[in-house]
Amino acid sequence: MTLHLRTAFFSALLVIAVAVPVFGLKLTTVGIKVEVHGAEASTFWIIAACAVAMFFWQLVRTRLAAGWAASPSLPTIPAGAGNFFTLPSTQRYIIIGLVLVALAWPFFGSRGAVDIATLILIYVMLGLGLNIVVGLAGLLDLGYVGFYAVGAYTYALLSHYYGFGFWLSLPIAGAMAALFGFLLGFPVLRLRGDYLAIVTLGFGEIIRLLLRNMTELTGGPNGISGIDKPTLFGLSFDRRAAEGMQTFHEFFGVDYASINKVIFLYLIALLLVLLTLFVINRLLRMPIGRAWEALREDEIACRALGMNPTVIKLSAFTIGATFAGFAGSFFAARQGLVSPESFTFIESAIILAIVVLGGMGSQLGVILAAIVMILLPELMREFSEYRMLMFGAMMVLMMIWRPQGLLPMQRPHLELKR
Amino acid sequence: MSRPILEVSGLTMRFGGLLAVNGVGLTVHDKQVVSMIGPNGAGKTTVFNCLTGFYQPTSGEILLDGEAIQGLPGHKIARKGVVRTFQNVRLFKDMTAVENLLVAQHRHLNTGFISGLLKTKAFRESEHEAMDFAAHWLEQVNLTDIANRPAGTLAYGQQRRLEIARCMMTRPRILMLDEPAAGLNPRETEDLKALIGMLRDTHGVTVLLIEHDMKLVMSISDHIVVINQGCPLADGTPEQIRDNPDVIKAYLGEA
Repeated sequence: MTLHLRTAFFSALLVIAVAVPVFGLKLTTVGIKVEVHGAEASTFWIIAACAVAMFFWQLVRTRLAAGWAASPSLPTIPAGAGNFFTLPSTQRYIIIGLVLVALAWPFFGSRGAVDIATLILIYVMLGLGLNIVVGLAGLLDLGYVGFYAVGAYTYALLSHYYGFGFWLSLPIAGAMAALFGFLLGFPVLRLRGDYLAIVTLGFGEIIRLLLRNMTELTGGPNGISGIDKPTLFGLSFDRRAAEGMQTFHEFFGVDYASINKVIFLYLIALLLVLLTLFVINRLLRMPIGRAWEALREDEIACRALGMNPTVIKLSAFTIGATFAGFAGSFFAARQGLVSPESFTFIESAIILAIVVLGGMGSQLGVILAAIVMILLPELMREFSEYRMLMFGAMMVLMMIWRPQGLLPMQRPHLELKR
Repeated sequence: MSRPILEVSGLTMRFGGLLAVNGVGLTVHDKQVVSMIGPNGAGKTTVFNCLTGFYQPTSGEILLDGEAIQGLPGHKIARKGVVRTFQNVRLFKDMTAVENLLVAQHRHLNTGFISGLLKTKAFRESEHEAMDFAAHWLEQVNLTDIANRPAGTLAYGQQRRLEIARCMMTRPRILMLDEPAAGLNPRETEDLKALIGMLRDTHGVTVLLIEHDMKLVMSISDHIVVINQGCPLADGTPEQIRDNPDVIKAYLGEA
């Protein structure tokens, strides 16, 4: 009982310690100064009430839990259903369904909805790419955004200095990101676990700082603007085409509508996501996919069987980086502007959160998690300053209830047929 | 007597102040079963680790078919046909039995990235062959019935046999087994003995064995090497070893 009392007391104290600075103090600008004022008395009463409620809740919690267990439980999802949703074949059908919805989406959704969907697709692509490195090969990469930046700047620089178009730059950006993945991977993949995470974290920051400081080439903190938008076989989606080019609406004889451009960008993103999904699906069923899983489970056994761990890890790193490069060049094309501030560590953290939240190695999980992670902050805009607080709370709850992720996937097993 | 396939001389491994292996020599002839015995902590597994490239020996020479292989990384030595098992089972537990065997063929599957992506005919044929080869060996070790079960859920004796089958996927010339009979019951040990005999006679594999089960060692070995406290103690046929007073002393203590 004393233990309960103490836990209850400290829980209540914690409520006060967290809530008073967050809710109880308000910053107000007075002239050019910022002053701290206490909130209204009612706020403090609410906090006190919460602390008291927490105190009693902690006291009776265990007894309540016992009472719950005794009472007839609510009908739960049958155990088989969970298994059903993690089967690769089921997930494939769900993904096909999602793709169909995604195809119809731009023609029914509003302009804003299509725009957010495009952003989600970028993160789906990034999540799927990082999923190869973290989920399949088991290498914790905290600098994934570095490859994303390489892809974005490759297109930005090619467009700015040489006037390359999007479609030509896309494979080049992928190849550049792959090259960076390869070059980084070569020395660091001897490292394991935490050490690898720290080195990749450093790499991501180095890329960002380089881009920021090579002012004469990359424009420094201002970045590069005026990047060309993608074209449809040479047809531009602008109101007026540049010299020697034709616009989409002139060619097809329709009225100019600015939403066409948004929809077109969305469809390109969808195409890239489909390509990513296809490649990963094949990789899972190829010898290299099996080797990644084997390496994740037991590196020593792999070496004893004549597999070169460095080469296998490097392949995961390089392929993952390639997709970040694709996503990056699309990002540059969509924004029309790149600056180093788009590639901070928080981006890496969000992408990693998508992978972990979705369920390591699961493609459907990554898609759902990307939707949740990008959509929720958008939907929670009205909560303004509490948005990140709620976001954090959601992540904590998620990790308590479903540490394996939203929708983990069972790997497609190869069967011996008799 | 056939030519020696593996010749080890003066093998020494030092960990800081500890001399774990001191001047061990070993000659293994083609298609022999050679056992390495010795009390616990004698340095047998350290010798294995040096031979398979998991440790870099401090000094000494390891010749595989006359070619020096000491100091090469583990995966390169494995590719030259020296493959080992471990004292504790190291299967890929979440993968099924047959997938364990497919992974081990990784190096032999000549499929490019593009052909895999496009699922070309060459890719499908190569996967098919790999599957057939795996199925063949599952049958050899009598595990066909549990081919599609995750390796971690198999009985201990089955895991041991699967591990040997997995080594055979790499088409080895020398198979090094580190205490394969540990934890097996007498019947399973008999099966293991038959399996090792078959590997040598039918598949022409040379076997190097670390084992504590003297009945197994004495009945199967062509040659036995005894190691005590890192030093070579005796070397000879099972009969010679059985009657060697030094060996008896090392095992039973001073009389």
